[in-house]
Amino acid sequence: MDPNTTAWTVLLLPLLVAASILLGLKRWSGLSALLSTGSAALTLILCLLLASGDGGDVKPFPWIDLGLDFRVEIGFILDELSRGMMLIVTSIGFLVHLFSLAYMKDDDGKARYFAGLSLFMFSMTGIVLADNLVMMFIFWELVGVSSYILIGHWYSKNTAADAAKKAFLTNRIGDFGFMIGILLVWSLTGSIFFEQIKDAVGGVTNLTMLNIAVLCLFCGAIGKSAQVPLHVWLPDAMEGPTPVSALIHAATMVAAGVFMLARVVFLIDAAPTAAEIITWVGAITAVLAALMALQQNDIKRILAYSTLSQLGYMIMAQGLGHGGSDAGMFHLYTHAFFKALLFLGSGAIIYACHHEQDIWKMGGLKKKMPITFWTFALGTAALIAVPFTSGFWSKEAILETAYHEHAMFPYVCGIIVAFLTPFYMTRLVIVAFFGKHRTENADHAKEVGPIMWVPLAILAVMAVFSAYDPIAKPLLANGHADFKHLVEHFGLTAILSLLGLAVGVGAAIYLYKGRDSDPVSIPLFRDKFYIDELYQGIIAIFQDAVASILDIVDRFVIDPLMARFPAMSALTAGSFFRAFQVGNVQTYAFFFGVAVIGLILFLLL
Amino acid sequence: MLEIIVFLPLIAALAIALGAPARFTALSASAFALVLSLVLAIQFDLTKEGGFQFESARPLLDIGGFPDLSLSFGIDGISLVLLLLATIVMLSAVWVAPGEKQIKGSSKLYYLSLLLIGGGAIGAFCSTDLFFLYAFHELALIPTFLMIGIFGHGENRVKTAWTITIYLGVGSLILLVGLIMALVGVGADTFNIEEIIALAKSPETAIAAGEQKWIFGILLVGFGILVSLFPFHSWAAPAYSDAPEPVAMLHAGVLKKFGLYGLIRIAMPMLPAGMEALTNVLLVLLLGNIIYLGLVTIAQKKLDRMLGYSSVMHMGYVFLGIAAANHLGVSGAVLLMFAHGISIALLFALCGWVRENYGTVDFEKLGGIASHVPKLGLLFGFAAFASAGLPGFANFAAEVAIFFGAFKGAEDGIGWIQWATIIALWGVVISAVYMLRAYRSIFLGECSKTLSAPADMTWAARLPILLLLVALLVVGFVPEILNQFIRPAVEGLFLVKAG
Repeated sequence: MDPNTTAWTVLLLPLLVAASILLGLKRWSGLSALLSTGSAALTLILCLLLASGDGGDVKPFPWIDLGLDFRVEIGFILDELSRGMMLIVTSIGFLVHLFSLAYMKDDDGKARYFAGLSLFMFSMTGIVLADNLVMMFIFWELVGVSSYILIGHWYSKNTAADAAKKAFLTNRIGDFGFMIGILLVWSLTGSIFFEQIKDAVGGVTNLTMLNIAVLCLFCGAIGKSAQVPLHVWLPDAMEGPTPVSALIHAATMVAAGVFMLARVVFLIDAAPTAAEIITWVGAITAVLAALMALQQNDIKRILAYSTLSQLGYMIMAQGLGHGGSDAGMFHLYTHAFFKALLFLGSGAIIYACHHEQDIWKMGGLKKKMPITFWTFALGTAALIAVPFTSGFWSKEAILETAYHEHAMFPYVCGIIVAFLTPFYMTRLVIVAFFGKHRTENADHAKEVGPIMWVPLAILAVMAVFSAYDPIAKPLLANGHADFKHLVEHFGLTAILSLLGLAVGVGAAIYLYKGRDSDPVSIPLFRDKFYIDELYQGIIAIFQDAVASILDIVDRFVIDPLMARFPAMSALTAGSFFRAFQVGNVQTYAFFFGVAVIGLILFLLL
Repeated sequence: MLEIIVFLPLIAALAIALGAPARFTALSASAFALVLSLVLAIQFDLTKEGGFQFESARPLLDIGGFPDLSLSFGIDGISLVLLLLATIVMLSAVWVAPGEKQIKGSSKLYYLSLLLIGGGAIGAFCSTDLFFLYAFHELALIPTFLMIGIFGHGENRVKTAWTITIYLGVGSLILLVGLIMALVGVGADTFNIEEIIALAKSPETAIAAGEQKWIFGILLVGFGILVSLFPFHSWAAPAYSDAPEPVAMLHAGVLKKFGLYGLIRIAMPMLPAGMEALTNVLLVLLLGNIIYLGLVTIAQKKLDRMLGYSSVMHMGYVFLGIAAANHLGVSGAVLLMFAHGISIALLFALCGWVRENYGTVDFEKLGGIASHVPKLGLLFGFAAFASAGLPGFANFAAEVAIFFGAFKGAEDGIGWIQWATIIALWGVVISAVYMLRAYRSIFLGECSKTLSAPADMTWAARLPILLLLVALLVVGFVPEILNQFIRPAVEGLFLVKAG
């Protein structure tokens, strides 16, 4: 197959599947699920083909043509960045589809669920392959809606319905900035196509405007990648089925912000002030989210805050120039595997424990679910950067770059996170897997079946080895395990992160071993710095109260002034209408029609 | 053939008045009109740059001293798009109208009025004679008032009917004054729109800039009232919530576009200097629609009211496209007239189904009904996201074109219109807020126990909805389908401007 057909098939096949499920296949939910999983497998194979080829031209589809200065196409870029990202999206996508076959086996909305997954695969593919900003925005919004559908999968649950709405609206706020950014970039460089922007960016003289433009684009990333201050939707998004959390809210969609920044890295390079702010936002998010993770009890929420924190790392890297961008993408790839593994592992636990999510109501799962335990442990090892796992290499790459670029504040933040991550993850593992079972649900837990543990096992291999060739090679030329570099540059960063690992794990073991309840209580962290409450207050005052006041103004000031007054004066003659209601309506209608049409016929002749 | 489309609904209305079966006649006439307008779209010559096609003319009056009057029709790309909008919505509105036995009072009057509203709008969009452009719109307004007063719901419907009768009557009068001033200004002795514009463009007969400002101001108020431009909007939301849903569909979806059409067709090419002088005023007013009325929409507690306000709010974006006064913005405005017309008709149709089957449209009384009626829930979800400007629906393509059009020129510094665009973009957040809140409180969450579950939508009930939805999706996925018609027509508008 030529790249043109391959690329278009990768994009359109999932849409076709989603549409056909929606249009009628949904009656046969098993068939729908298989079809969706099959399409995920096929797109994975096609992406492997694409990755092994050397790109090539893809014929764009003209979406709208509004003259010389504005034309939007659905066109593709098949470079290293997009091909690498597609491998991540389709491989994890396929494993999550597979896992879902078992996880959602008895769900009433199974067909709808798989349609949502396919819609997501379509939308995510569009973001990754997009060759222009407007196309990226189109699919950016579409992943937002697939996320909405999947978070709200159990829509008759109030919490799920609220979480879905919150996720979509928070993202919309980010997209408000994103769109302004696109407009500004367009007016500065005269184009929306990445290639042309890249060529034109050197000629931009208005640096202030360029910095603002980049920051506006970054707003989109803040929303989608859940950075502070728009991070609040991601923990709530855990209301969705767990495989969805693994695919969308850990591995791929939330990384779209990072990907987008990597796509426009030439703009960030040209806008140093914006770049610095991006790095700082990432660093702050990394630390704040890690602090919030320390005191959570819901297994998925711990992982969600951990995702926020790791996304902070990646965003931080994107502000550090070309080298940082590669490091960030490297971490995106390794994180995708180990975080998807951790989420699917937590899914297996939740499934086995009859939908129990509180780690304090688990305990002793190591013996009951050995495969889940060992794979989960490997994922944890990668996340807390145990030497020579994939996560170790990618995190080192980011911290090294920050050190190198003299970004001291972000560097310090990164090191702090290196102490916190091992702590909260060890806490999770000890409380959930070790000790004795604390509830009946945990006692009755059994190991999950092969459809669920095979994806876990594959991901566990990836979590450990994805920084090594041959897995790393097709993903990213500039990001893989590099022993030589590590030995030659062994210094502060490596020592500090190893220290962080030892201290974090040690402290967690000391504090949590054999405990039945949390010995530590820090309300500020547990209640997430009260940011949600703050936002609720802001919305209540600046949106809802203002809206109500304006509604009253509209009813009692504008309406009487502009409409009621002239109307009232005429109402005195108002018995007219009542005559129609009680009187002979048919006669009236007859004469009315005859008069009108007669008039026209008269004029015609 | 164009004449057949224009007169088909009117003749069908006459037939109903004379005793033909009301629903059957209305349905077949509107279906036939839709098919014919699709045929016109296929036959439309895309290679022609601007100008009307399928023209016909029947001279009626030719007296010295009074402008020549001629019943003449013709369409360019802009009117073709609006003709398609009108025929699609008319078919759907007639289809979702209640059966003849369910109508209290006269089903004849009901269906006849629907046809007159649709037919009037079609006539206005297809007229190339200013007199009939105006007259057809008036023809469509009268049955609108009647329908609200007689078949509407709510205790205040008679009052509402009177309010909009007078309000829109005043608007039409102001408009008439403005049009006459414009005609006198160029010294036209004809009502033919093309000739009038040609006069307005030629240096000898063009209206002086100072005068243009006044005439444009009057036309803006006149057309603005009809389109519910802030602060002349307060008739709209009560009218739509009290009107029977098919009427709300036809008025909010189709007839209201007349004012926008008039601005684009007449005011913009005739009075460019006047428009330029008043652009900043227009920007402030349209932000009133988008932000102020957007927030008012958030505060609504009933679906019909909320839809009414949201429809008014979205007019702000069309005005923004017009204010941009460039090819991009105006194309976007035309596209949004189509997209908004279809999507608001879709929402009102679904609102009507909810009212009919649950007896209420209060957010508080409803809740979690998606578990009763999943098919309705799915369709409403589509409609809500379309209205909130999600890509894949026509609304998004239109809004993108408008935003880019209005932002154009920012390379010379961020001016008034660019700031207005940025503020207007916040409206995209606002419309997502009220749409998703409404969807959340009516359809999602725990189902209220006191609600009894009706049977879900049948195929017959879903078909007219799907007709609208498919139109939105097709244009959303391939906006070129309509844009290919709009492009030469809008270029034509600006060509005239240059000449």
